[in-house]
Amino acid sequence: MIQLEKFTLPNGLRVVVNEDPSTPMAVVNVLYDVGSKDENPEKTGFAHLFEHLMFGGSINVPDFETPLQMAGGENNAYTSADLTNYYIQLPSENLETAFWMESDRMLSLDFNDKTLEVQRKVVSEEFKEHYLNKPYGDVWFKMREMAYKEHPYRWLTIGKDLSHIENATLEDVKAFFFKHYTPSNAILVVAGQVKLEEVKRLAEKWFGDIPAGEKYVRNIAPEPTQKEARRMEVTAAVPLDAFYKCWHMESRLEKGYFAADLITEVLGGGGSSRLYQTLVKEKKLFSGIECYHMGTVDHGLLTIEGKLVKGVTMTEAEKAVDEIIEKLKQDGISEKELTKIKNKTEAAIAFEDMSVMARANSLAFYELLGDAALFHSDREKYFAITAEDILQYSRKIFAVNNSNTLCYFSSL
Amino acid sequence: MLNRTIAPPITEPVNFSIKVPPCEKMILENGVEVYMVNMGTEDTLQINWVFFAGNWYEEKKTVAASTNYLLKNGTTSRNAFEINEHFEYYGAYLNRSCYTETAEVTLHCLSKHVNNLLPAVAELFTDATFPQEERDTYVQNSKQRLKVGLQKSDFVAGRLIDARLFGEAHPYGKYNMPEDYDQLLCEDMRSFYDAHYKNGHCIVFIAGRIPDDLPAEIEKTFGQLPWQSHRLHSTEKSHIVTPSFEQKSLVTIDPNGVQAAIRIARPFPNRHHPDFMKAMVLNNVFGGFFGSRLMANIREDKGYTYGIYSYLMNHIHESGWMISTEAGRDVSQATIDEVYKEMELLREEPIDEEELQIVRNYMIGTILGDLDGPFQVIARWRNLILNKLDEDYFYRSLDVIKTVSAEELQELSRKYLKPEEFYELVVI
Repeated sequence: MIQLEKFTLPNGLRVVVNEDPSTPMAVVNVLYDVGSKDENPEKTGFAHLFEHLMFGGSINVPDFETPLQMAGGENNAYTSADLTNYYIQLPSENLETAFWMESDRMLSLDFNDKTLEVQRKVVSEEFKEHYLNKPYGDVWFKMREMAYKEHPYRWLTIGKDLSHIENATLEDVKAFFFKHYTPSNAILVVAGQVKLEEVKRLAEKWFGDIPAGEKYVRNIAPEPTQKEARRMEVTAAVPLDAFYKCWHMESRLEKGYFAADLITEVLGGGGSSRLYQTLVKEKKLFSGIECYHMGTVDHGLLTIEGKLVKGVTMTEAEKAVDEIIEKLKQDGISEKELTKIKNKTEAAIAFEDMSVMARANSLAFYELLGDAALFHSDREKYFAITAEDILQYSRKIFAVNNSNTLCYFSSL
Repeated sequence: MLNRTIAPPITEPVNFSIKVPPCEKMILENGVEVYMVNMGTEDTLQINWVFFAGNWYEEKKTVAASTNYLLKNGTTSRNAFEINEHFEYYGAYLNRSCYTETAEVTLHCLSKHVNNLLPAVAELFTDATFPQEERDTYVQNSKQRLKVGLQKSDFVAGRLIDARLFGEAHPYGKYNMPEDYDQLLCEDMRSFYDAHYKNGHCIVFIAGRIPDDLPAEIEKTFGQLPWQSHRLHSTEKSHIVTPSFEQKSLVTIDPNGVQAAIRIARPFPNRHHPDFMKAMVLNNVFGGFFGSRLMANIREDKGYTYGIYSYLMNHIHESGWMISTEAGRDVSQATIDEVYKEMELLREEPIDEEELQIVRNYMIGTILGDLDGPFQVIARWRNLILNKLDEDYFYRSLDVIKTVSAEELQELSRKYLKPEEFYELVVI
């Protein structure tokens, strides 16, 4: 059990503290409860573009990099469909530098055209590097649009289209900041070689006078239940045919999430998993195959993706995947398999918790889900899942009408 | 009223005195050295067996990497599935990696399961069989994966620049084409395995919360194997660097590509060279981190790229100094021009004291952060030991970071940052 304390400032900022005297470092993690799911469908990619602008300087700290580097620190950030997370790691002696910088950019950014213009270009290059200039780079644009009809998970965090990013204006930037970057919409986690009393003092000093702003209330309609199987075919200049199939699964706090997570282990976790052993090793239909899910807060997608061995037909490959899923739906898993996936989960958690940065990220995420203390109780839920649960949830998830299949054909 | 324009006081990291947490050493009966870092807050372990079995030692392409990969795909008593299942049952990860000089096997597991896993690891080092069917599946899938890779400009650029720098016959420069895999025989792997793993020179690194009985278990399981100390290894199978005559090249793999993978590199001596430590500092100023000149100019001012970095290559015998980026196709020449402009600036003008101080503090802060946790600490030790360096080297490098002068760095720039000595490659 890690040590954990919480308090809330009058302006609504939630603060979580994890004292860990074993490290010389401190981590200051600020999570904003805004992700690409909060975007206007006509202005996608904005949450992520905005994350870039957060490094362009704030009202009283024009240079966001230099003072931190002088203090021996490093920082970075990421944006997902659900959230935007900023983190600083620095020697604990210089903890206050991180408070100074993070609080100033929560107070107000230095909105300027030059930063926006440059970062629009940088993000366009990021878009090209990861999605345009790569074989199979367009898969997830297509798959998400097929799998989600209503929910904003239907576009990727990078944005639906390059033009959305290219057209972003400074007015959009300001509106987005004042709507989402408020203390009541943020979670501050301080972890490492820190003391609760000192964190309280610094939080009040630097974040206490930031106006509360208006609390953003999210109103996203859930994705309607899928009623029929969906399919799509794509042909492109890639060397190998590829197969992608997704099924809707339950949201992050529901029991079905944990069952789905364990199901991905049974099917795709490592060299002894069912898909790898049967389809790559025994039947030699795929040169590689994976099973995973997106880890999203709202209803996510459980995915199987693989590249076909040259000469194997899509029909053969798909049939073989279906057989494995049918067998799981029919017979469930053995006690030995259940022990294996729980042992793997236990180890994965222990390894993840070794890093103070990963711990701070997790605590912020759990506080976003409702309570940082879920850090402990959430994991217990994995160990309560039974073989019978796996059986029932595989029948539910792998229902024929819940599936989205994308067959990607090579034109070469 | 709080004045937010004033930065809080800091302790500059250059004033820290950093200590590497200690590493214990034990020598097994067969002479193999085992290094141990016993620390950590979780009951986790990492055990790493390093062999001199990188592609430096292969006679035929793909043999070293394939032997390393297929090491766990069958022994006399267990097939690949049973081996995988054994490790995965205990929630353990057994990874293999093959580098240029060394190749290794790494176990990650919870401390409580380690005694169930060590005999299975030893089995891989004494009794791997390299079955034909495993070889065939591996060859087929490797060729297919490679074909996908060859459509990626960054992947192609990474291979070709190494070949330009070291020559296609040198272990650092050679690369595989799909047909090279067809030449791979089980026999090649079995004899490579016999020489370099089964009867090889090994060194073991252990980190995490080490159970009291682990050293004895390691002795019992590995101390009798026909291994030798890494100190008895005569590395000196030599390879000659034969750089390309072609200094600048453009390779087009996709006529419609929207980005160019740019690599600019020059040869550089290894860690034992007196310039190496100073070059690490200069590299940080130039392109080594987010606040570097290349990043500030080419990403943060011009927006030509999502990222641009420079680094010193991590080989044992020779190094290289590399600049690497993916830039918009229409601004690729402009990007290259800016890289050379930044070199020129470093040659012509001494680095401003404040900028240098930032880099010093950033580097020391990063080293402190890198020493956080048992796996990071053993990585530091490992790097020293495999490069035949000692603890003192680490402390001297801290001193260099703290004291190297702007004049020395300018001199170094004049010596090494000369465009005419760099190879330039653009892949679209």
